[in-house]
This record gives sequence, structure tokens and C-alpha cells, in this order.
Amino acid sequence: MTLYDLANPTRFLKLVKAVLPWLVVATVAALAVGLYFAFFASPEDYQQGQTVRIMFVHVPAAQLAMMCYVMMALSSVGSLVWKHPLADVSAKASAPIGAAFTFLALFSGAVWGKPMWGAFWVWDARLTSFLVLLIMYLGIIALWKAIEDPIKAAKVNAIITLVGVINVVIIKFSVEWWNTLHQPASIIRSGGPSIHSSILIPLASMAIAFVLLFLTLHLMSMRNEIMRRRIRAMRMRAASIAPAASSSTVTKAAPAGVR
Amino acid sequence: MGWMKSLFLREYQLANRVGGGALIGVLFFLAVVTIFPFGVGPDMILLSRIGAAILWIGALLATLLGLDRLFQADREDGTLELLIMSGRPLELVVLIKCAAHWAATGLPLVLATPILSLFVGLDFQSILMVTLTLLVGAPALTLLGAVGAGVTVSMRRGGVLLSILVIPLAIPILIFGVSAATADTISSNNFIAPFLFLCALTLFGLVIGPLAAAAALRISGD
Repeated sequence: MTLYDLANPTRFLKLVKAVLPWLVVATVAALAVGLYFAFFASPEDYQQGQTVRIMFVHVPAAQLAMMCYVMMALSSVGSLVWKHPLADVSAKASAPIGAAFTFLALFSGAVWGKPMWGAFWVWDARLTSFLVLLIMYLGIIALWKAIEDPIKAAKVNAIITLVGVINVVIIKFSVEWWNTLHQPASIIRSGGPSIHSSILIPLASMAIAFVLLFLTLHLMSMRNEIMRRRIRAMRMRAASIAPAASSSTVTKAAPAGVR
Repeated sequence: MGWMKSLFLREYQLANRVGGGALIGVLFFLAVVTIFPFGVGPDMILLSRIGAAILWIGALLATLLGLDRLFQADREDGTLELLIMSGRPLELVVLIKCAAHWAATGLPLVLATPILSLFVGLDFQSILMVTLTLLVGAPALTLLGAVGAGVTVSMRRGGVLLSILVIPLAIPILIFGVSAATADTISSNNFIAPFLFLCALTLFGLVIGPLAAAAALRISGD
């Protein structure tokens, strides 16, 4: 089965139906193992105490926040170059998931920062880039919602996503420049030179669990989007077939057609 | 060459004559700069320290304000369709439109900057640096803004969404612009390094802006 076969939504839905239960089981199992290691099996940090456990959520969430954008950018290439209908759906489905993981990374970072740095927020280069990333995600979601025609919305979003992905590098670099200019070396991120295996094992298992979680959510959200498009197409068909003879059916069908 | 010149003149004249013209952007710029002292207090020392930033943010907002009409007016009266079907490279058409738009709205902002600098207590050298950075950096704002304008062209009220999409992209321009403008002297490395980055961003915008905006306009056309 190639990527081109998947352009048929029915075939894709069949694949999702077969894969999804296994994926859900794998995600739950990986999360269970990861959370057990993170909260019970791993030792406290000698400096940070219990709060070091926030890292096991924070780091994988931050990784996924970036991975979602990569996914979105790859999908955008797919929908612009090959006009692959599933790439549109994939790009649209990635945006809210990415925004959620970005928010989770920012939120867990703020909760972690309060006891460690004494502030919920500092204008550190990394934090700032993530805030910008969140704004970009939310802007893209708003753009998806603003354009009614899904095919047009997909192309327009692909353009802004790709411009964004080129710019993300420049933003990252410039924010680092800006930060060193304004507050030289005020925050040195903790972590130390090397990570001990007692920390590395739970971190790696949580990272795997989060990737599985992303795959599950992404497939589910793609399935929902395909369903949503089918409903939209059915409504439009119903609205166009609806006879103009009796006025009552027209007024009934009109709101559905407008939608 | 003839069509490029006439397109530029048409765009320039339209931008100047419709909706208050160039003056409305300068007026907005003046209003933004004026409200800052009310927010932070009439402390001239503080104002001169953040003056360059105030001017840059004012220019950014004033640029964003006019961008939503960059392609929309043409779309509404059908000019855009004609431009797309004219057989001329759409990227070049977009570039000319951006140049005309900048000449009509961006350049007046740059020219107004020395005068507005006096309100925030900048000395002569700082005035020179702010004006120079805006002269080089403001075109990048217009060019990146053109991407947002192209993407939101089919929306009836795309202005706010355009700003949300463009502001993250404009952050590097603001960073290098302000850090060059607040350098101690114009000959120091603290000025030259960010200034060169600013030039690079404008050149970058010169490529990516017309390409992406033209692609967006082609989609909106069909």
C-alpha cells in the first residue's frame, strides 16, 4: 500500500480502524510504564527535589510541540506539491494538537519555573520562542476556521506554514541574540553535563509514550476531519437537491447549506 | 518595462488618493507615539531610553494597519483577476505593488521619524540611527506583510487575522531594528552587526514575500 492509495479516504479510514485499537493499547501501556518510572522509580534530584519530575512531562511535550510543526510543514509540502487530499487533513489535524502540546510545555515550564527560578515567566530565549510558536499555531488554527472552502483553506494554510517554517529558524536565532543583548547570562538552564540513567530511562519512556499519544490523537483527529468533510458534502448535496417548490423545506435546508 | 512603470504609478496614485492617503498612516504613527508618554509617564530620561523601541513599534503597527487593503481592493473590483491573467509574472506584479505601497505609506513613516523622535527625547545620533534602521527595515515589514495580505485576501475582515499571522514573522525585524537603533554609536559594531542582519532580512523578504504572496493570490483567484 503506497501513499497514493491512501488518497482514497475510505481506504485510509479502513487502515485507521485496523491500527487505532493497537495504537491506543500501546499508548496506554507506554504511558503507564513511563509514568510509573517518572513518579515512583526515579530518584529525587539532590537540588530540585520532587519538582524534577515535572521534567518528565515538560521535555516530551516540548519535543512534540516542535514535531507537530514539522508534521504540519511536511503535510503542507504534500498538499502543495502533490495535492494529496490526505495531506490537507493531516496538516489541519496537527495544528490543534501542536498548540495543545506547546501550551502544555509552557504551562509545565511555568509551574516548574516558579520553585526553581522564583518566577512563572522569564524572557528566556527558549521560553520566548515557544510563546511565539504558540501564537503561530493559534494563528494557523484561526486561519483554518476563517476560510470556509476546505481545499482553499488547505492551500493558503500550507503557504503560511511553509513561510513560518523558514522563519522559525530566524526567529529562534534572533530571539537568542535579543536575549543575550538584554540580560546577559542570567539563567543557566539546569540539567548538568550528563544525564544519569535513572533519569534517562523514565525520560526516554515518556518520550516514546508521548510520540505514541501524538500518533493516536493525530489519526483520531484525521478520522474526525474526514467525517466532518463528508457531513459537509452531504449537507451541501441535500441543500442543492432540496426542491424549491415547497417553501417550508427551503427554509429548513437553507441554514444547513449556508453553513 | 513600460507596464511595470505604469503599474507602479497606478498603485502609488491609488494608495495616495484612496482613504486619506499617506497622511493617515503618519497620523496613526503620531497617535501611537503620543500615547506612550501617557502610559509610562512624562519622564524624558526613560522615554529617550525606550524611544527607539516606541518608534519601531509605532511603525510596525502603522504598517500592519494599511496592509489588509494591499490586494483586497483589487480583488473587489476585479483588477486582481486581470493582473493574474495578464501573462506577466505574478511575483513581479506583487513586488511592484509592494514597492508602490511602501513608497506611498512606508516612506512617509520614515520621513516622519526624525520629527517624532524629538517627542521621545532622542539626540541627533539616535535620530539618525532610528531613521536609518527604519529606512532599511520597514520594507521587510511590507514584504512579509504581503504574505499575510495574500493569504487573507478573500476574507471580509481579515485585518486582525493578518496582524496575528504577520507579527510572529516580524519579530526578527523588530529585534535587529531596535538593537541597531539603540547602539551607543553609529560606527560601533553594536550598530553595524544588527544593521547588516536587518539588511539581510529585507533581502530575504524580497524573495520570500512576492513568491508566497503570489502563490496565495493564485489560489484565491480560482
